[in-house]
Amino acid sequence: MLEIKNLQVQLEEEDKQILKGVDLSLEAGKVHAIMGPNGSGKSTLSYVLSGKGGYEVTAGSAHLEGNDILSMEPEERAAAGLFLAFQYPVEIPGVGNMTFLRTAVNSQRKLRGEPEMSAGEFLKVVRAKAKDLKIDAEMLKRPVNVGFSGGEKKRNEILQMAMLEPKMCILDETDSGLDVDAMKLVAQGVNALRDGKRTFLVITHYQRLLDHIKPDVVHIMAAGRIIKSGGPELALQVENNGYSDLLEGSA
Amino acid sequence: MAMDDVQVKDGVDAETVDAVIALSGAYKYGWNTEIEMEYAPKGLSEDIVRLISSKNEEPKWMLEWRLAAYRRWLELKEPDWAMVEYPKIDFQDQYYYARPKSMEEKPKSLDDVDPKLLETYKKLGIPLKEQALLAGVEAPEGERRVAVDAVFDSVSLGTTFQAELLQAGVIFCSISEAIREHPDLVKRYLGTVVPVSDNYYATLNSAVFSDGSFVYIPPGVRCPMELSTYFRINAENTGQFERTLIIADKEAYVSYLEGCTAPQRDVAQLHAAVVELVLLDDAEIKYSTVQNWYPGDENGKGGIYNFVTKRADCRGDRSKVMWTQVETGSAVTWKYPSCVLRGDDSQGEFYSIAIANNMQQADTGTKMVHLGKNTKSRIVSKGISAGKAQNTYRGLVSMHPKAKNSRNYTQCDSLLIGDKCGAHTVPYIEVKNNSSRVEHEATTSKVDDDQLFYCRSRGMGEEDAVALVVNGFCKEVLQALPMEFAMEAQALVAISLEGSVG
Repeated sequence: MLEIKNLQVQLEEEDKQILKGVDLSLEAGKVHAIMGPNGSGKSTLSYVLSGKGGYEVTAGSAHLEGNDILSMEPEERAAAGLFLAFQYPVEIPGVGNMTFLRTAVNSQRKLRGEPEMSAGEFLKVVRAKAKDLKIDAEMLKRPVNVGFSGGEKKRNEILQMAMLEPKMCILDETDSGLDVDAMKLVAQGVNALRDGKRTFLVITHYQRLLDHIKPDVVHIMAAGRIIKSGGPELALQVENNGYSDLLEGSA
Repeated sequence: MAMDDVQVKDGVDAETVDAVIALSGAYKYGWNTEIEMEYAPKGLSEDIVRLISSKNEEPKWMLEWRLAAYRRWLELKEPDWAMVEYPKIDFQDQYYYARPKSMEEKPKSLDDVDPKLLETYKKLGIPLKEQALLAGVEAPEGERRVAVDAVFDSVSLGTTFQAELLQAGVIFCSISEAIREHPDLVKRYLGTVVPVSDNYYATLNSAVFSDGSFVYIPPGVRCPMELSTYFRINAENTGQFERTLIIADKEAYVSYLEGCTAPQRDVAQLHAAVVELVLLDDAEIKYSTVQNWYPGDENGKGGIYNFVTKRADCRGDRSKVMWTQVETGSAVTWKYPSCVLRGDDSQGEFYSIAIANNMQQADTGTKMVHLGKNTKSRIVSKGISAGKAQNTYRGLVSMHPKAKNSRNYTQCDSLLIGDKCGAHTVPYIEVKNNSSRVEHEATTSKVDDDQLFYCRSRGMGEEDAVALVVNGFCKEVLQALPMEFAMEAQALVAISLEGSVG
């Protein structure tokens, strides 16, 4: 599904390398988790994959189903099936959540040359999906993320993901700022989207999210590189011993 | 300060992006109609004033009124206090009267109007056929009918639904017709809101106005449909000077819409209009404008110089006026729709979206003059600057000594797109009694890269993302527009900002 080879990235504004050669291979239908200490480059990886400005790719490649996504505009990557659930979802005052969702759904359809979703059909689908995430009608009407609590913002990200039905989902610290109940709800939302084909890259600091979203593969990232990969037991090891042994091992 | 009672409704923008997607290309109305025109000789003189008056078959009192205005104008100096810069206007290098040849003999009805002219309005999307709207087969549910006065250069081509409106007692016609047919009403109200001596451009307009619209709503009548005037400047080197007079008698209500476009030309053209609204006791007028004159090209070549005086006189107690404007066009805009709140408990509202892109300059705002007791006013202004444009909000709130217990709330927000444009806010506040309250809030923000990236990461193109964010910024004002205009305005917001990013 997603093939990342020797990806090297620096900031555009200053000569500072953040990713120093990342290799990842995500097979369709699998859940991969990336864990790592602060500043290891996890969020940068998610931004670069989804096309945020301010970064310069100096070497390497990233392909989604064989397509070179690094040469695409962010909206083209989205239409190709890539989705990033933001660590800090952005507020857009005055734009109703529902309008935003419908615009997103139909923009992607248009880019893919598919017919738009009618207002009636859209309403039906969004209501059903919102209900599963305990998002009420009022929250759908409010401006995008404005005045939302931390939990509401993250549930809203998962709602967008559910509506856009991407092939490749990247979750950037979706568990940050959530209490246990909210995290369970978000995890349920994610698990409901696991259908054996959809692929996930879950970025997190903590093992606890992985108790709810069970990964197939766990990667440890440090200083801009993947330093170790393994099964779910790797996450438990981090939980118990922290990153220090792993970091020493790689140094 | 609390934004205690700013109401934000939901749902109006549901179709925003459909509209945005459906429309593309820059200025859509820049084509011109090839038609034989009759011009008055170039330049301005007493003879030209007399000629315009005689073309309109006016009575003597009207000519005297014009001549007095002209003589006054000669003594006035062009104002230079606005934050706009443009080459000095040569008032002798303009045509002050241009009329399609086919209009020489007044058509009895719109059916007799030159098909080429009718075609122009069809192309602009302005319905001039009553039955087309009456049939209502394709009209979306709940769509209201709109009566239209179509003004082309210096003349009104005709007005729809006149007969039906007259049954309700409503007079809706061109101002030239009103001067001939309803001289008593015109004499009584013309120039009483915007006096001949008001300002340079209003005085000029008083001398040379050629046409415009007239509305009278009798006591207790709620106008049965929306009224609108559509102004089209077509001729080259010609100024358009229209005059609109709307009178809402006691307990009357009317909603009036105004639209304007012009062809794309390299030479700037002058537009100096005067709009007067009169409100008697318990009357209400909603006046909405979508101003989309040709803005000039990206280097500032051509475009309309738009110098407009609009004022409402709430002379009746408990009367209420609401100005809503979407200013997207014109190279230079100089316009301050104002409310004189003379009657006790009268209310004035001003909702504005002013967009300036490329080399456009807008200096716009309002004046709320509180004279009566317990008067209320509200100002919501949204200024958007992009390209190298300059956008100024200039507003006066004045509480006179007798305006006890009056209130004003002003919210003035500016949005910048890019780093070469400017936004300026110039509020003037005068309070001469100690029981009134004035609130003023102002913000300036930039379209945030994070917002754009968020939208794009969900699949929206860059310009659609800008349009969505900007429409969100303008939402409170868009909601104040009648439904028919809200859609058009949302689409216009998107089009006006094309090329502003990237």
